[in-house]
Amino acid sequence: MYETQYHRASSVQDAVSRMEAAGEGKYVSGGMTLIPTMKQRLASPSDLIDLRHISEMQGITVNGRSVRIGAATTHYEVASSAALKAVCPAICHLASHIGDPHVRHMGTIGGSIANNDPAADYPAAMLALAATIVTNRREIAADDFFTGLFETALEDSEIITAVRFDAPAKAAYQKFPNPASRYAMTGVFVAKGDNGEVRVAVTGAGSNGVFRQAEMEAALSANWSPDALAHISVDASELLSDIHADAAYRANLVKVMAKRAVAAA
Amino acid sequence: MAKVTMTVNGRQVSGHCDDRTLLVQFIRENLGLTGTHVGCDTTQCGACVIHMDGKSVKSCSILAAQAAGSTITTIEGLAADGELHPVQAAFKANHGLQCGFCTPGMVMTAVDMIRRHQGQLDEATVRAELEGNICRCTGYHNVVKAILAAAAEMGGARVAAE
Repeated sequence: MYETQYHRASSVQDAVSRMEAAGEGKYVSGGMTLIPTMKQRLASPSDLIDLRHISEMQGITVNGRSVRIGAATTHYEVASSAALKAVCPAICHLASHIGDPHVRHMGTIGGSIANNDPAADYPAAMLALAATIVTNRREIAADDFFTGLFETALEDSEIITAVRFDAPAKAAYQKFPNPASRYAMTGVFVAKGDNGEVRVAVTGAGSNGVFRQAEMEAALSANWSPDALAHISVDASELLSDIHADAAYRANLVKVMAKRAVAAA
Repeated sequence: MAKVTMTVNGRQVSGHCDDRTLLVQFIRENLGLTGTHVGCDTTQCGACVIHMDGKSVKSCSILAAQAAGSTITTIEGLAADGELHPVQAAFKANHGLQCGFCTPGMVMTAVDMIRRHQGQLDEATVRAELEGNICRCTGYHNVVKAILAAAAEMGGARVAAE
C-alpha cells in the first residue's frame, strides 16, 4: 500500500472540510473494498477520511412504512434489524448475503452505494425500492444516482448520509453468486409498491452497471406471478461477458433470478 | 506516523506506526501477538479474524489507525487463567484442525458465531457462517463438528445460567 494520511472525522461537516483540504482524498467507511484496493495499489489516496464514527450517519429508523438507513450502518445491522425485517425483509435478506460475516460487520450501505460496483447487491435494492439517496447537499432519486460502472451522481467531497424509501407491499432479491467471489453474477430485486408500481432492478449483469428491466416491470404490473415472465426474452447485447459467464448466459440468469424473486416475494 | 492506542486482550496498549499499517501487522509486529495469522492477505481466507468491539473482523483489511480506541480480542485473549476457552477445547477434542494455520481465525469466527446465534446452531448454519474462513487442508468436517460441540456446551451453559 502506498503511503496515506488517515483522518477520523467527527461530523459530516468535519469530513467535508478535511476532504476539501486534502490533495487526492477518499472517504472510507467500512473499507471492505477500499482497503483491499489500496493494498493492491489500484488506489492511492493521499488522505483517507474515516466516516465510521460519525453518529449522525448511524442507525435504522422505521416510522410506519417509511424507512431511513444511515449511510454508516453496517450490512450486519441491516441484516439483523427486527424493525426493518417487519416492513421490508427483502433488504435484510440481501444484506445477510453480502460477503461473509466478518465483512458484514464492517461494510456499510453508504459505502456500497457510493462505490457502485456493477456486481454489488445494494444498488439493485435502491433502484427497485425507488429509494432516495440523501447526501450532505441534496436528495437524489436512485434512478438518477447510478450513472455507470463505479460511477454515481456524487460530486467531489459530497457524502451520502442516509438512504430513504417506503416499505414495499412485496419485494424479494435473488442472486446467482459467483462461486468463488460470491459477488452477484446476476442479482434481481423485484418490488411492488403500496401504490401498485412494480420495479425490477438487475445487478451483476449490465455492462453499464445496475439497470431496470422495463419489459418485466410491465409484465408483472399486469400479473404479479413468475409465469408472467415466461414469454420475455432478455436482450443480451447490453450485458457483461467474462470468463465466468457470457452475455447469453447472464441474459438467461436475469430471467431465472427474476422468476425466483417473484416467487419468493 | 500515527500513535495508536487500543485495548488488546484487556490490556491498554499503544504504539507508533505508519497510517497505512494494517491492524494485523500492528498486532503481530508491534504487539508481538503472532497467534493472529496472515493467510491470503486479500480479505478472503479469515486466518486474520479477531474481534473488534465484540464483532469478528478481518484484521488484514483494516488499518491500525481505523481501530484506534477500540477493544480488541485476539486468539491469545481467549483462554482465561490457563484454561482453554470452550471453543478451543472443542477444537482439541474433535481434532478440528490439520496443519493449524487457519485455526486462530476459525476459533475466533466460531466464538463470534456462537454468540450471535446464542448457541443455537445446526450444521447448515455453521457451514454458511464459515463462508469467510478457508482451510486449505480442507478439514472442514471436524471444524464443523467442533463448533457444534462447543455451541451445545455453551448454549447449554447459557440455558442453565438463565
